[in-house]
Amino acid sequence: MKADPRGVLTGVHFIDGDHACCEGALAAGARFASGYPITPSTEVVERFAARVPTVGGTFIQMEDELAASIALQGAVWGGAKAFTVTSGPGFSLMMEHIGYAAMTETPCVFVDVQRGGPSTGLPTLPAQADMMQARWGSHGDYEIIALCPNSPQECFDLTIKAFNLAEEFRVPVMFMMDEVVGHMTEKVVIPAADEIEITPRRHTHKALEEYLPYGTNGDGVPEMAYAGEGYKFHVTGLTHDERGYPNMTPQVQDKLVRRLQEKVHRAAESIAMFEEDQLEEASVVVVSYGITSRVAQRAVDLARERGLRVGKLRLITAWPFPEKKIAELAGRIKAFVVPELNLGQMVREVERAAGGKAKTFAVSHAGGGVHNPEQILEAILEASR
Amino acid sequence: MSEAINPVEPFLRSDRMPHIWCPGCGIGTTVNCFARALIESKVDLQSLAIVSGIGCTGRVAGYVKLDSFHTTHGRAIPFATGLKLANPKLNVVVYSGDGDLSAIGGNHLIHAARRNIDLKVICVNNLTYAMTGGQTAPTTPELSITSTSPYGVFEPSFNLPHLVEAAGAVYVARWTTYHVRQLARSISEAFQKKGFSFIEVISPCPTLYQRRNKLGDGLETMKYYRQKSKVRPGAPTGELGLTMTGEIIVGKFVDRDRPDYQTVMRAQLKEALGERFVADPEMTCS
Repeated sequence: MKADPRGVLTGVHFIDGDHACCEGALAAGARFASGYPITPSTEVVERFAARVPTVGGTFIQMEDELAASIALQGAVWGGAKAFTVTSGPGFSLMMEHIGYAAMTETPCVFVDVQRGGPSTGLPTLPAQADMMQARWGSHGDYEIIALCPNSPQECFDLTIKAFNLAEEFRVPVMFMMDEVVGHMTEKVVIPAADEIEITPRRHTHKALEEYLPYGTNGDGVPEMAYAGEGYKFHVTGLTHDERGYPNMTPQVQDKLVRRLQEKVHRAAESIAMFEEDQLEEASVVVVSYGITSRVAQRAVDLARERGLRVGKLRLITAWPFPEKKIAELAGRIKAFVVPELNLGQMVREVERAAGGKAKTFAVSHAGGGVHNPEQILEAILEASR
Repeated sequence: MSEAINPVEPFLRSDRMPHIWCPGCGIGTTVNCFARALIESKVDLQSLAIVSGIGCTGRVAGYVKLDSFHTTHGRAIPFATGLKLANPKLNVVVYSGDGDLSAIGGNHLIHAARRNIDLKVICVNNLTYAMTGGQTAPTTPELSITSTSPYGVFEPSFNLPHLVEAAGAVYVARWTTYHVRQLARSISEAFQKKGFSFIEVISPCPTLYQRRNKLGDGLETMKYYRQKSKVRPGAPTGELGLTMTGEIIVGKFVDRDRPDYQTVMRAQLKEALGERFVADPEMTCS
């Protein structure tokens, strides 16, 4: 279906990534946000608080991130599209509710504008050190989707994508921005509403007696009812059967947890988005994401000027990790170079997916700034030897 | 001969029986009162949703035949807040225990009362963490023995009616599970209120709290409730502190009106935005 024009601020704008993310959420149909102030993410909900009453929706500033991350899920079960926005320390507090959203299959979006950590770390400065937390932060086995924009334009475009994926798979989607992308101001083009494709919610229209809250039709994703429609359904974070009733047996646990994983796993290739450049002839491939991909571009250009065959693979989807793509490349290149604003997170996935067929060079940075392209160039030179 | 049906049975998920509660536990009694209040107050069941946290009382959501949400520990109130704000037509009840609502969820309790979100909170107070084996709660009376206070509790306990009145609740009552009619009436009254209503129900946990403190079984506790409860409507909430074996002051203490969160929000946004404000949004997607 097409976007509801009320939420779409069609035009050419000069705005930062945080504001673009807010506009993406409104365009995607988000009509509820619950937040708690935290640098460098707050601008997203500040704009939402100003805009949403004119679009037909609600923002509430909750008392903490625990409240913010569960209030939005109440809103989703009330029928709204909803999200929250935070940064490192707040993201840590939200982990339990990411697990709750995964377990109850509540479609929603968590925006994390990453800053330096651990703990309070660097409130106003960038990092990309929450990438593993986004994937593994809540307890138990579950699957999420995570996207990494590298520009304000992508903060708009991919926020819509994040909501669409949340609806398609009924999972919480992590929108992994970073401080630089969040605060960078660039041109953002917002198209007309009828040019924006929206994935509708899997809202059930089954007869009351036929509806099974966690029954699926083959693709592993159940249909959803809203409170107040008469279904009298039950939602729990406990292990549950297809009726949504708690069931503490290993058999039901196995069936449920495997389905939660499988529904995302089996669609991993269709979810995987990346930008690639000159991979065909490459002997070294630079794998990057978010703001680091823009710094890496300079290093790639410098290396090419020196006659090196360097390809670029920018991850737009971080999770599920596009391992097939990496495995395929690993069979025909010499090495991967993986710069990121952390001490080595996604590089582990690259190394794992490469399966020893190509070398992997991490270019780590503890955060607080971005790489110097020279650092990445050095790694490319070393990898090319 | 037709079988007699308990009038509350249609409100229960009979396919989930037997329930997990122990003999002598008071939670089932409160559910009975809740169902009777639904009958008496003729609340539209289709637009009624119930939200629980974690713990013995947290299981209530799973046993009542309503749209029901068993959320995370302490977070029933913020979940209910989102549900109510996104779908204002719903009547939202939060049904949870003392540990869930006043310890891990204490911050949400006071802020929801402050905001005057239109929620009906039923807090079953069994003075302990029962699901996990009888640990000290913020509500456990001083000198009680619990599994984590083997030498006696030395922390002062929370007086919940006092707390929520101070935070801004518009309706505050307390009963025990002995006061079944009064409790059902209070729940019915809360359905007539718009705003944050809080009903505390003092309830026995014979398996853990009563046993460890040699306070007898469920029946003994009913006798204690009957003998030591004093009905004092309008009593100053500051005087409602509980001890192990002393008086339990019960009644309706607060019944006042102030505009609820959404009423104030709409008025403010209308004032500030005029025609640009979309007053009655349809937030429900597809």
